[in-house]
Amino acid sequence: MQLTEKHKEYWSVNLRMTSILLAIWFVATFVMGWYARELNEIVILGPLGFYMSAQGSLIIYVVIIWFYARYMNNLDKQYGVHEGELD
Amino acid sequence: MSAQTQSQFAASLKRYYSFYTGGFIAFVIMVGILEMLGVPNKILGYLFLFATIMLYAGIGFMSKTADVGEYYVAGRRVPALFNGMATGADWMSAASFIGMAGTLYLSGYDGLAFVLGWTGGYCLVALLLAPYLRKFGQFTIPDFLGARFGGHLPRFIGVVAAIVCSFTYVIAQIYGVGLITSRFTGLEFQVGVFVGLAGILVCSFLGGMKAVTWTQVAQYIILIVAYMIPVVWLSVKNTGNPIPQIAAYSSALPAVTALEKQFNDKADPKGAKEESVRAIFRERAAAADAKLKGLEKDGAAFLTAEKQKLTDKLAALKAEAAPDAKAIEATEKAIKDFPADAAAAKKAWTAEKGVAARAAPVKAHAEAFAAGGKTPEEVEKNRSIAKKNFLALIACLMIGTAALPHILMRYYTTPSVHEARVSVFWSLFFIFLLYFTAPALAILAKYEVYSNLVGSSFASLPAWVSNWAAVDKTLMNIADINKDGIVQLAEIVIGGDLIVLATPEIAGLPYVISGLVAAGGLAAALSTADGLLLTIANAMSHDLYYKMIDPNASTVRRLAVSKGLLLVVALAAAYVTSLKPGDILFLVGAAFSLAASGFFPALVCGVFWKRANYLGAVLGMSLGLGVCAYYMYMTYPFFGVNAPKWWDINPISAGTFGIPAGFLGVIIGSLISPAPSKEIQELVDHVRYPSLEGDIDTKGA
Repeated sequence: MQLTEKHKEYWSVNLRMTSILLAIWFVATFVMGWYARELNEIVILGPLGFYMSAQGSLIIYVVIIWFYARYMNNLDKQYGVHEGELD
Repeated sequence: MSAQTQSQFAASLKRYYSFYTGGFIAFVIMVGILEMLGVPNKILGYLFLFATIMLYAGIGFMSKTADVGEYYVAGRRVPALFNGMATGADWMSAASFIGMAGTLYLSGYDGLAFVLGWTGGYCLVALLLAPYLRKFGQFTIPDFLGARFGGHLPRFIGVVAAIVCSFTYVIAQIYGVGLITSRFTGLEFQVGVFVGLAGILVCSFLGGMKAVTWTQVAQYIILIVAYMIPVVWLSVKNTGNPIPQIAAYSSALPAVTALEKQFNDKADPKGAKEESVRAIFRERAAAADAKLKGLEKDGAAFLTAEKQKLTDKLAALKAEAAPDAKAIEATEKAIKDFPADAAAAKKAWTAEKGVAARAAPVKAHAEAFAAGGKTPEEVEKNRSIAKKNFLALIACLMIGTAALPHILMRYYTTPSVHEARVSVFWSLFFIFLLYFTAPALAILAKYEVYSNLVGSSFASLPAWVSNWAAVDKTLMNIADINKDGIVQLAEIVIGGDLIVLATPEIAGLPYVISGLVAAGGLAAALSTADGLLLTIANAMSHDLYYKMIDPNASTVRRLAVSKGLLLVVALAAAYVTSLKPGDILFLVGAAFSLAASGFFPALVCGVFWKRANYLGAVLGMSLGLGVCAYYMYMTYPFFGVNAPKWWDINPISAGTFGIPAGFLGVIIGSLISPAPSKEIQELVDHVRYPSLEGDIDTKGA
């Protein structure tokens, strides 16, 4: 089994997307948590820090995973590493 | 593979489960009619309990199998949507279903660490593990460790880690099963545990993963319906808005915040009344403190003198011209309850001193990291400790999510890598439905208590309050402390589990919905316990017995061993549970920290770092587990060592130290020993690409 340049490119595109989404996940969790008191001063949908931790960040998580599945399933086809209809 | 194609299979599943959901709703309506006909509540409780357990047993029986692939990974044909539901039920335990909203009610913002930690972890599952494990496609998580790092030792450490964290977690689940069964049927806790255990075993014994998967889908449907109906109703009742997740933030939270300010403002009429109750608590605490000091100084002599004072008081009261019957009765009771010796006195008065906590001002629900302290510097210091622990707990819960074998195992059951990715989305979506409702429920319940219960008269308490106060004082304790006949907030003590259990009654729904909530809680606990027990039994039968002891064992023998072990593990878990060990929340937290420290570094490095090798995995996993367990042992009060904490991190978040230690171990171990063989590097490529030409095959058979 020899990996072609195209295969290596697929993996690096995957790594880049994974890092971007992990960065968003990190901000939505830890940066928001760190500044929760400061965010609570802003009032949109209740105190913002509270709202984000109770609902906003959760929505971001769901969207991250939805986007990753869609993006990667397209990328598989684009690089010809997708699976057949049935395993 | 059967003659049916995957899409036909998915279509027929949708048909079955739509039919099932309709049938279940019809059943609830039927029980509702029975209630209107005057059938007693206890019978309705039994009906729910036995009907749902019979249902799970039925699905378990229909899914019986003698095929290894079906027993371990449900034949790898579970469509993404259904695997999502099964994962949701597998994931959401009794603690999520019953405890979560209560924790949020009691601790406000700081309780959100659980909401964030138990959802955000799925991002790590989706991005770092699920698709790659699916491509690898064997049966258990130790399988991956064994193949990727070679040799028996990584697999063996994986087996130990899987057993330790799943067993800790399963005890918490069986505890929940026992609690619900005993509460709704009146059976004793110990009996409830074993009845629940029967419910768990009927699902998994005959059909392994296949049976567990299809019952979990059924259990998810029950638990989500049971959670949503009362909350929506409560939302309509209190705010007129049927969407609780909007109503809570747009109308209930501002009202709660305004009331909190009134309660804490002594100039406000409501605040003044609260203050009068708090003053009584402060006096009581001060009196207890004085007695404790006296006891310390004079010992038993002080005790005798105190008792003499009461006897004199009683004599004086009786000698009065117009004796006050109530005061005499109270004094007689005080004499009767007077502590017998110094140790009992110390215990009673220390508890009494604790009422000082009830004199504290109301904590604002939305305030993050509320902290107390005598000076502004101390407040600031305590606040930064609270913040650190909040973030550390989130990190441990998230990484633990992405390392718990019973969850990762579920992604082996989808038909393809593509479906595994979509399936993580459905998993989180179905979990999210409950987790974004829980904070809303906490706010709505708080609104009910603050605006309707507080200020009502003791002569006409709402029915749900007097009912629960009569059933269980730890859940609802209410007493007129300042004798003004009106309920003040400081006079109420609520136990967290009350919130979900009492919501149907608060919302004014009939008893049938309370039965439904109990069935939902039971479904949540049973489904999680099932997944965990199967993980433990599989780790022992597949990894330990088949892969390490007898690789030539026949299929029949492998399944027989697996089922036998399932029974033994289940009985052992039920036995340990019936001893009622420790604090449930700590057990759950410990399981997450242990899993995170033991598995996560080795699994992630196994996929993303080709250089990671045998020594790295062995060192990383044992170091991670070791550091995590050591810190828990040293700092958790249960073990009695009580060593100083590192950077003020609580023992529940021991993973904060275990995870970095694990990564460090993998990196150092790998770099000081030679790179893995070409075959293993090819295996890494194999898991990274959903499909490759001339690819190797690692699928388990």
